Amino acid sequence: MKTWRSSLRQLESEGIYIMREVAAQFERPVLLFSGGKDSIVMVHLARKAFWPAPIPFPLLHIDTGHNFPETLAFRDALVERIGATLHVGSVQASIDAGRAKEEPGPNPSRNRLQTVTLLDTLKELNVDAAFGGGRRDEEKARAKERFFSHRDRFGQWDPKNQRPELWNIFNGRKSLGEHFRVFPLSNWTEMDVWQYIAAEEIEIPDLYFSHRREVVERDGVLLAKSEYNTLLPGEAWVEKTIRFRTIGDATCTGATESNASSMDDIIVEVAAARTTERGGRHDDKHSEAAMEDRKKQGYF
Amino acid sequence: MAGESSVGAAGIPASVARDAAQFHQMEMLRFTTAGSVDDGKSTLIGRLLYDTKSIFEDQMEQVEDASRRRGDETLDLALLTDGLRAEREQKITIDVAYRYFATPKRKFIIADTPGHIQYTRNMVTGASTADLAIVLIDARNGVLTQSKRHGFIASLLQIPHVLVAVNKMDLVDWSEAAFNGIMAEYSGFAEKLGVDDLTFIPISALEGDNVVTPSENMPWFDGATLLHYLEHVHVRTHHNLVDFRFPVQYVLRPNQDFRGYAGRVASGAVRPGDEIVVLPSGRRTKVKAVETFEGLGEEALSGDSVVLTTEDEVDISRGDMLVRPLNLPTIGQEIDATVCWMTDDELRAGKEYWLRHSTREVRAVVTEIVHQIDVDTLHRQEVDAITLNDIARVRLELASPIFYDRYELNRETGSFVLIDPHSHFTVAAGMIRGKTQDVADVIMPPADGGVERGVSPNVVWESWNITLEERERRNGHRAAIVWFTGLSGSGKSTVGRAVERMLFERGCQTMFLDGDQVRHGINGDLGFSATDRTENIRRIAEISALFAGQGSIVLCSFVSPYRKGRDFARSLVPNGRFCEVWVSTPLEECERRDAKGLYQKARDGIIKEFTGISDPYEEPENAEIAVDTTDLTADEAAERVIQRLERQGIFG
Ligand SMILES: Nc1nc2c(ncn2[C@@H]2O[C@H](COP(=O)(O)OP(=O)(O)O)[C@@H](O)[C@H]2O)c(=O)[nH]1
Repeated sequence: MKTWRSSLRQLESEGIYIMREVAAQFERPVLLFSGGKDSIVMVHLARKAFWPAPIPFPLLHIDTGHNFPETLAFRDALVERIGATLHVGSVQASIDAGRAKEEPGPNPSRNRLQTVTLLDTLKELNVDAAFGGGRRDEEKARAKERFFSHRDRFGQWDPKNQRPELWNIFNGRKSLGEHFRVFPLSNWTEMDVWQYIAAEEIEIPDLYFSHRREVVERDGVLLAKSEYNTLLPGEAWVEKTIRFRTIGDATCTGATESNASSMDDIIVEVAAARTTERGGRHDDKHSEAAMEDRKKQGYF
Repeated sequence: MAGESSVGAAGIPASVARDAAQFHQMEMLRFTTAGSVDDGKSTLIGRLLYDTKSIFEDQMEQVEDASRRRGDETLDLALLTDGLRAEREQKITIDVAYRYFATPKRKFIIADTPGHIQYTRNMVTGASTADLAIVLIDARNGVLTQSKRHGFIASLLQIPHVLVAVNKMDLVDWSEAAFNGIMAEYSGFAEKLGVDDLTFIPISALEGDNVVTPSENMPWFDGATLLHYLEHVHVRTHHNLVDFRFPVQYVLRPNQDFRGYAGRVASGAVRPGDEIVVLPSGRRTKVKAVETFEGLGEEALSGDSVVLTTEDEVDISRGDMLVRPLNLPTIGQEIDATVCWMTDDELRAGKEYWLRHSTREVRAVVTEIVHQIDVDTLHRQEVDAITLNDIARVRLELASPIFYDRYELNRETGSFVLIDPHSHFTVAAGMIRGKTQDVADVIMPPADGGVERGVSPNVVWESWNITLEERERRNGHRAAIVWFTGLSGSGKSTVGRAVERMLFERGCQTMFLDGDQVRHGINGDLGFSATDRTENIRRIAEISALFAGQGSIVLCSFVSPYRKGRDFARSLVPNGRFCEVWVSTPLEECERRDAKGLYQKARDGIIKEFTGISDPYEEPENAEIAVDTTDLTADEAAERVIQRLERQGIFG
């Protein structure tokens, strides 16, 4: 008789355990759904965690208004297929309401502005726990993140004032107005995520597979042609065979030149990769401590 | 960046990554690292990540930039793991950070914890989920107080393996004598703590010697490199696979016809059809199905997140626990525990908290601080209050019962946290030592026709003058009953004797009991009627329990055809100390052997009520192990039993 499980099954079981803890300890959780692979894996875990019952919380998408159309189509099809409830928080609406201000310069990224929309929407929906797909392997600042990450009344993260997490015991107690971000994939690496998607045959957007697309190279990042990305003087669109390793705001998600057109190809490519997924993110390059600063303000 | 092209930054060769089957066989090892400031902990972790190719180029560039900005000439690998900016400025690590890397053999999770005096709390946090601890010692400084503290915390949290990495060997001229001196001193200290598995490796984190590649500078060291050790150390021994505990996490009721109990198996295993008891109600039922997204499961093992359904409609909610009728946890409201205090607000007796244990939360009052344990000297001292980073033994009184095992036997059901009811902060980590006094809230009805003992089914071994712990510590192994059951001629006694011989040669204290011996002596007054057989087994079970209480590994070889008799023996010792060995050699083979001519006599009707022929043999359902001697030699079978005992943690 086999008396142990592989690392992937252990991670899955841990993720399910976390989701059930949240459903039991909180009143109004939401799952932050970005359309990227990590949030797709979260949805998959949520279905497993509560099956045969439906997922007992809604999905929340913070829409920067700069999405790839493929992402939105995928999102809507998924929500329909699994019968989930979807809420959308619009960055454009925050800008229109004067709550957020578009960054100056050409092709502004709205990654930073998302924070405002996110916090406003969480408040509006009275959310007390929001699942995020963050992984500790992504970035140094995330390495200390808890599974249950406490946020104060202003949605802020205080790295010095996080509760210790021992064994498998998670403390979701809080005062009025405070909430938690919960990261069920904390212990997963990018490779685990891909292996899991392959093993479970989870559907992901076509953007992750190689295809021909017009792109422009800017500051070492390949940006896709879209209505939100316009050419600067001296630039030109070039058609290349590319795919995306992460999917986010179209103004700052970089593509990778790749021929990986199947899950197997992707896994081999990830195994051989020499840069992090975030290496393709335009905004992370700004400063070494960029991520940490954004986290303190309540970023995902 | 160095490295052959087939291995990328994920540390896994592409060929392995592609081979899903192999990937799905990968084990996980969680370890924690501790060292005093500047012992080289960050450098070691950086080195492990770097040499296993777990670092991406863009991360590397950041480190190169940072090193250059600071005017360093060489690459500072420690920067790879430094997280928050404040720490980077102070050049110290101030919290637990988690790192990941993988090799083709295993996936690793590192809980990186700092070793400063004020951060015991972080070490405890990191150690709580670890299978192994690496304690770093600077070869120049030798064994410092802090190195001892790290060992103490590892033993307190019951981390099964401790690896002492003697670092900076380059600065002591790769001296074997320096290494041996540290090894001797630290071993002596660790013996007092009862650390089970202690390994020493001399390394240079800076230059990479013995981290991933063997050191050419230290030819005198013939042990494995640090990574090789991490890849091969046996990690499954300490998981409790015996005592089924299922804390109910969440109740699923999608429609009128379905009611399922979601949770993660804390220990042991369960299969459809198994009898279970619901705590605290004491209601009995059977497991109907193990439901998963993929369909019905054959079983749920320790660590699996599943949904269980029951045969009968019973009222079960979050915080309840499903267990087996003859293997109960302790049910109690007064507990004795070791706590590590995690906040500046001090603890005084009389304060009230929330106590969270598995999926249950109850109000708790600390009634007494028994003593504080000085983490450096291990001395106990009486105190009125404890504060941040203190470790103390306390007594707690709970508003309603929890269902627990001693931490030593079960990490999952032996641990808890205390939460401040006002700040909601997690203020303490607790490890349960036992109960302060017996509580008999739930009276378990004995199984129909079961063997009754007349006293509380909760097993207490505390009435001994010299405690079992003391005896076990001296013996160097746990006490246990190994119960061989099977048909006459199945090979029980031959295998049992072989096991005893092996145990004896390992230095274990053993006792062997079989039918011939007891039938001539203490049970000379008993015949073979059903009542006498029951009494026979009852006495044998009680005698075995006495020997086990005295610290022995007791080997019992009896046909013991009835489940209730075997289960009774099981119920007499604490969880995890009973190993039922079903010698499952089939009847035809036993009859073919017929060493004593008994089967012939039974067939001829000379012997009446002979098990297997004219009397039933109830096959074990939950035996820890089955061995069939048709194709195994006695020694081979015995070897398997020994391995099973090893997994059960009998040898530590
Ligand atoms: N010579 C030598 N120096 C080392 C070794 N390991 C670490 N160091 C140095 O010791 C200092 C402290 O190391 P660091 O990893 O930051 O220690 P930490 O505080 O334990 O994380 C740094 O200057 C390292 O370069 C080693 O094996 N040999």
